[in-house]
Amino acid sequence: MMWGLLASFDDAAALARAAFHLREAGYRRFDTYTPYPLDEPADVPGTPRSHIASVVFAAAIAGAIGGYAMQWYLMVVAYPINVGGRPLHSWPAFIPITFELMVLTASVAGVVTLLARNGFPRLHHPLFAVPGFERASQDGFLLAVEATDPMFSPLPTRRTLEQSGAREIYEVDGA
Amino acid sequence: MGTALSHATVPPAAPVVASGTTERDVVERVSAVVLARRAPLWWYAAAAMAAPLVGLLGVATLWLFVAGIGIWGVMRPVMWGFAIANFVWWIGIGHAGTLISAILLLLHQSWRESINRLAETMTLFAVMCAGIFPILHLGRPWFFYWLVPYPAQMAIWPQFRSPLVWDFFAVSTYFTVSLLFWYVGMIPDLAILRDRAGTRGARIAYGILALGWRGSGEHWRRHHRMYVLLAGLATPLVVSVHSVVSLDFAYAMVPGWHSTILPPYFVAGAIYSGFAVVLTLAVPLRRLYGLTDIITSRHLENCAKLLLATGEIVAYCYVMEHFMAWYSANPFDAALVENRAFGPYAPLFWIYLVCNVLVVQALWVPRVRRSPVWLFIIGALINIGMWIERVDIVIVSLHRDFVPSAWGNFVPTIWDWATLAGTIGFFALAYLLFIRYLPLVAMSDMAKLIADLRGKPAAARHG
Repeated sequence: MMWGLLASFDDAAALARAAFHLREAGYRRFDTYTPYPLDEPADVPGTPRSHIASVVFAAAIAGAIGGYAMQWYLMVVAYPINVGGRPLHSWPAFIPITFELMVLTASVAGVVTLLARNGFPRLHHPLFAVPGFERASQDGFLLAVEATDPMFSPLPTRRTLEQSGAREIYEVDGA
Repeated sequence: MGTALSHATVPPAAPVVASGTTERDVVERVSAVVLARRAPLWWYAAAAMAAPLVGLLGVATLWLFVAGIGIWGVMRPVMWGFAIANFVWWIGIGHAGTLISAILLLLHQSWRESINRLAETMTLFAVMCAGIFPILHLGRPWFFYWLVPYPAQMAIWPQFRSPLVWDFFAVSTYFTVSLLFWYVGMIPDLAILRDRAGTRGARIAYGILALGWRGSGEHWRRHHRMYVLLAGLATPLVVSVHSVVSLDFAYAMVPGWHSTILPPYFVAGAIYSGFAVVLTLAVPLRRLYGLTDIITSRHLENCAKLLLATGEIVAYCYVMEHFMAWYSANPFDAALVENRAFGPYAPLFWIYLVCNVLVVQALWVPRVRRSPVWLFIIGALINIGMWIERVDIVIVSLHRDFVPSAWGNFVPTIWDWATLAGTIGFFALAYLLFIRYLPLVAMSDMAKLIADLRGKPAAARHG
């Protein structure tokens, strides 16, 4: 069972051109593999928007409300300590921990989302079996089209990649 | 004419990356440090010096658990002693790491790329060293978890109006967020090590740590987004952490502590001491590992400028602290200032003034800012000066407060010094292990920077 086709390119510019070419041709399930992030055009049609920012924002709000509510409940309801008649709901004193818990929940939720959306940890992947894929982290500029793409068909896709300027093309075996 | 003259007198600043350095050079040189079969000789020598100190920390901690905090010099009225001063010092050191990695990222200061990993790691280990002290100082350290709000059998809860509880939340949040920031930033580099590792064991170890990073466009997009978000979260966090630390002091009705200047004063001092440590780490490391093309004198100079700027803020805080003592016409504050400058601990005051205010002025001279040797010496002096300042803040305010019958002096014992030396050893050993097993420079960020500097994203790399 074939997972897809992997193509290598000369440099980031050639790779970017090829990605654009494939998208024009109607491919959607493909991705680039590079040692550092490419400067991508502002909005490529069909690129899914990352949800991380909204998750972080929601977690920050939840952390702040939860942190404040915890302190209010514990200091006012569960364990009230009367110090010379001072108000139990002393909100300014609750702000530092509210802030810290906001940052903590937002950061942890964001990183968990990052890992989950990237499918991490995933130590095996069909691409890792391709000889030369290890260059993607160092100096390779690669592009893989997945076989699940509706447009995918081994020979025509290979031809499209060749026309896009691919230097070498490898078949990627599925797991 | 004017420009010609200025060019003649002021040599141009060094570049962020030495010219001719390619992405490939960065990856090869940085990963060679980690993947070399044997560490260099100096590494073993340094580890052999640090390891006994870690043992000393173990012994000092064990003896503390057996005998109690009476083994330290803490005694009425100075119940805080070295433990709290060391805590403030260590956690302050960490702050420059967050500043370099988070704030400079948000400000698009791309020169940070080659020193951010170094500084973030410093943060991580410094916060670990800091965290040890308040726990040891508890007297019954095994009950430290009482600071956590959990439904205990005793049906009691932490006092959330206390800065000590704020501290617990602030420091543990700071450590967690620093760790996440450090690790998330390192995932692409761990993938590089996985792909370059020569032995199967190393490939498996780095492979697990890299979590399956493939550098796909999706990975990078989410990674970048989260990295910037973490930077945005860490930036106010770092200010909040040392402000909360300062509130441990400012909350108390003690002369010299009970002041609104303390939060900014502590934050400025923290960043100041942190930059000093960055310089004392970066100067030898770039030389020992031949990374002078990657960590150029431009980085050192920029750090020196930040050191100078924060040094001036610290000097301003010193001036204001003493001005307000006079201006407030509070006799206790005035007595504190006099006692600080001429009392039994006067040498501490004058030493830290020299180290923190006088020495740093040398950085106005460009020649000094570009000399690694001078930067190392100045950084080391500021480290010492900032430690003395923290000790001075703790001791001088406590040892003579309102009622002369309650006065007393603090004299550190051998165990005070042993614990301090032990944490320095722990920091050194942890750092040595880090540079041996993890990438010292953010390789993928550097590669991106080099590609961007070249104007056209990445040209010839098939070599």
